[in-house]
Amino acid sequence: MTSQGFSDVGYIDTIAAGDSPLHRIDPRAKLITTAAFIATVVSFNKYAVLGLVPFFSFPIILILLGRIPAGYILRKLLLILPFAILVGIFNPIFDRAIIYHIGPVGISGGWISFISILLRFVLTVTSALALVALTGFNSVCLALERFKVPSPFIVQLMFLYRYMFVLTEESERMVRARAVRSFSGRTMHFKTFVSLIGHLLLRTLDRAERVYRAMCCRGFNGDIRILRSLRISLKDIVFVIIWVVLFISFRFWDAPLKLGELVMGIFP
Amino acid sequence: MHMADALISPAVGGTMWAATAGLIAYSSKKVKEAMDDRKVPLMGVLGAFIFAAQMINFSIPATGSSGHLGGGMILAILLGPWSAFLVMASVLTVQALFFADGGLLALGCNIFNLGFFSCFVAYPLIYKKIVGDNPTQGKILTGSIIAAIAGLQLGAFGVVLETVFSGISDLPFRTFVFLMQPIHLAIGVVEGLVTAAVVTFVWKARPEIIDAAIFSKPIGQIDIKKVLAGLLIAAAISGGTLSWFASANPDGLEWAMFRTSGKEELESHEKVHASLAGVQEKTAILPDYGFKKTEPEAGSGEDLKPSWPAVDAGTSAAGLAGGAMTLLMAVLIGWALRKRSAK
Repeated sequence: MTSQGFSDVGYIDTIAAGDSPLHRIDPRAKLITTAAFIATVVSFNKYAVLGLVPFFSFPIILILLGRIPAGYILRKLLLILPFAILVGIFNPIFDRAIIYHIGPVGISGGWISFISILLRFVLTVTSALALVALTGFNSVCLALERFKVPSPFIVQLMFLYRYMFVLTEESERMVRARAVRSFSGRTMHFKTFVSLIGHLLLRTLDRAERVYRAMCCRGFNGDIRILRSLRISLKDIVFVIIWVVLFISFRFWDAPLKLGELVMGIFP
Repeated sequence: MHMADALISPAVGGTMWAATAGLIAYSSKKVKEAMDDRKVPLMGVLGAFIFAAQMINFSIPATGSSGHLGGGMILAILLGPWSAFLVMASVLTVQALFFADGGLLALGCNIFNLGFFSCFVAYPLIYKKIVGDNPTQGKILTGSIIAAIAGLQLGAFGVVLETVFSGISDLPFRTFVFLMQPIHLAIGVVEGLVTAAVVTFVWKARPEIIDAAIFSKPIGQIDIKKVLAGLLIAAAISGGTLSWFASANPDGLEWAMFRTSGKEELESHEKVHASLAGVQEKTAILPDYGFKKTEPEAGSGEDLKPSWPAVDAGTSAAGLAGGAMTLLMAVLIGWALRKRSAK
């Protein structure tokens, strides 16, 4: 995890503060649709490649219509792509049965399922990122609260998000302070590391105490009150229904193959 | 060891989601019952601390690699298991949403693997038993290391089981176990050392913090039997419901069942499976097991699986063309909608 990663988190909130027809959809509707999307994508069998292609329409439309900078999502994808390759690369090694021929070249089942894993990875990651970028973290928490997720957990999520940036900056300052005092010694030794973490923890505990007192001053009595301003309207319901119907038809009706056959029929 | 959505089947992901949701609900109830107002901001800020602490790396001598704090064990020591589990769950949720570190469907698996084992197994059954009520430096060290190793070994084994049961990866169970367990033995030793060192540091600087954590027992002891019974019920219910879904994909749970018991499916699912498989076989272009049967001799009608449409070069070209066109259409529709909304 780098500091670059954290400035990115702030950037997601900037995008989420924007305005587009998709930003205005109720967070609950977006949450349900994304969940349905991911569940449908992963329900394909492991050699599914072509069947997954129509599903790209969901993240692509979210990105274009929601005006999410595509370069940003691509950069995120590239950052984690090595992990996807690492988890998938075992399939070509263990599954060598040739199941497919393109001309003289035989393709093993392992490579097909490897491609399938990469497609799943891109689909699920982009849709999850698009969800947050169009909704914002606090609205996701509000939606979860409406879905009866226990309030201590919601409060925990919101607190974590609120103080994540504060403490990350603090730890960045500590690391920088050590770096400028250690001349050419670039590596951090265990003893220094423990001392840094230990002090960070002590400061954190003190901060928690200060926050608690400040909350008490403002009338905190154990309950966190969350301002609820969610209203579901017809367009939110239509949004969910259209997408879910699309996902189901993509799942059970192989559109790309039919389309391809049609085209091949016209231009033999 | 964060799992991604790409390697998970809906049945495994759903079952682990149900188990984790149950644990979060139960932990939330326990935290609420404790009525410790002070803990509300403390938990939140400690969650943020885990993020901040993970940005500080130290170099492991003679290996060229670096280590950092994982967090589960130190949270359990400072907060007790219930609160620590909630904090761990919130940290993993934020990682999944913002860093694409583990997927949304896989979130249940990840919270279970990284939270449950360290908070509800390693901490109460190992760390607490070793350290007891009057800590010494030696006890903290041995307790932390053994507990961290045990927690990570169980978590890594959870990853292996969930991946193998999902059946998307072809890694054989044995190879995967031999890959994961030794790596996490090393990670566990590092995690244990770091945890012990930080706890000892705090204990020397501010002994009252660690003492307070040891002697505050407002939430009571963990009834591990109750937790396990609840989990078993949750898993059985969701597994039962989701096996309908899984039946449509004979590659997931059934693949694992086939490997372990030699029986592809339970008899009772036979009918459902046959009809759903019919639907699926009509719609799939790359059927999972049928390919070896594309030779004419395999087209015997009385087989449970009907013969597949022969996969020839023509079909694959049609597939490629169709796939490319579908993608193009998605982009065009997106652009058109965007143009319209801009007006």
